[in-house]
Amino acid sequence: MAEYEFDTEGVKKTFTFMNRKAPYGTVYALEVLETVLISAAFEQHANIVFADDGVYQLKAGHDTADIGMKNFSPTFGIIEMEKEDADEDEDIDMNWRIIVEKESMEARGLTEDDFKVDVEVIAAAELADIIDASDCVIGG
Amino acid sequence: MLHTVNKSPFERNSLDTCLRLSKEGSAILLIEDGVIAAIKGTAESSKIEGAVANRPVYVLGPDVKARGLTEDQVIDGVKVVDYDGFVDLAEEHGAHNAWL
Repeated sequence: MAEYEFDTEGVKKTFTFMNRKAPYGTVYALEVLETVLISAAFEQHANIVFADDGVYQLKAGHDTADIGMKNFSPTFGIIEMEKEDADEDEDIDMNWRIIVEKESMEARGLTEDDFKVDVEVIAAAELADIIDASDCVIGG
Repeated sequence: MLHTVNKSPFERNSLDTCLRLSKEGSAILLIEDGVIAAIKGTAESSKIEGAVANRPVYVLGPDVKARGLTEDQVIDGVKVVDYDGFVDLAEEHGAHNAWL
């Protein structure tokens, strides 16, 4: 079997993670979340974007006790803490943005106050530029 | 950036969101059930008819054929590509954004 060497020292890219599915109905939300956490381990820049039904992933007050599934929304609190640590610590070169698409949020009757964490609400046209400028997009 | 859409516009909003959150001029390739959006004369045809005016749109031929559809039914301005064409598009456009 071939052996591969991965030299990731100094490699810095901007990842955009697209969260477009509501939580719990499918595994998409959880899988994207896993990849976000991996990118943190490698100190990569990340735009964590919530659009379409993905905005419900950030809704405060998830209670999954009666559906027999793990409530993964506390993880977003961890992501917010990681982001704040990275913003404050000049030794950590990792720029994270938690972004909600304005059109998707408004279409669902939600406002910024409905979310569990602080987010940037950005309209589609500007968000398209942010996505286009990233090195790698993880869809979900 | 190369955008791919693999869901039918009759079933999901993936194409709508792709069109809303991608820049004019960036390429879209319709694959798998996404090819249904590229067919003329459906209730969803107007989306791709509008898109070809401001960006390159491609459809994967084998997925069209597999669904009993023909290239004649593909909306004017949409280019039909084969698997080699898919590889060329991926190579030309750098980052890939899969709208699932």
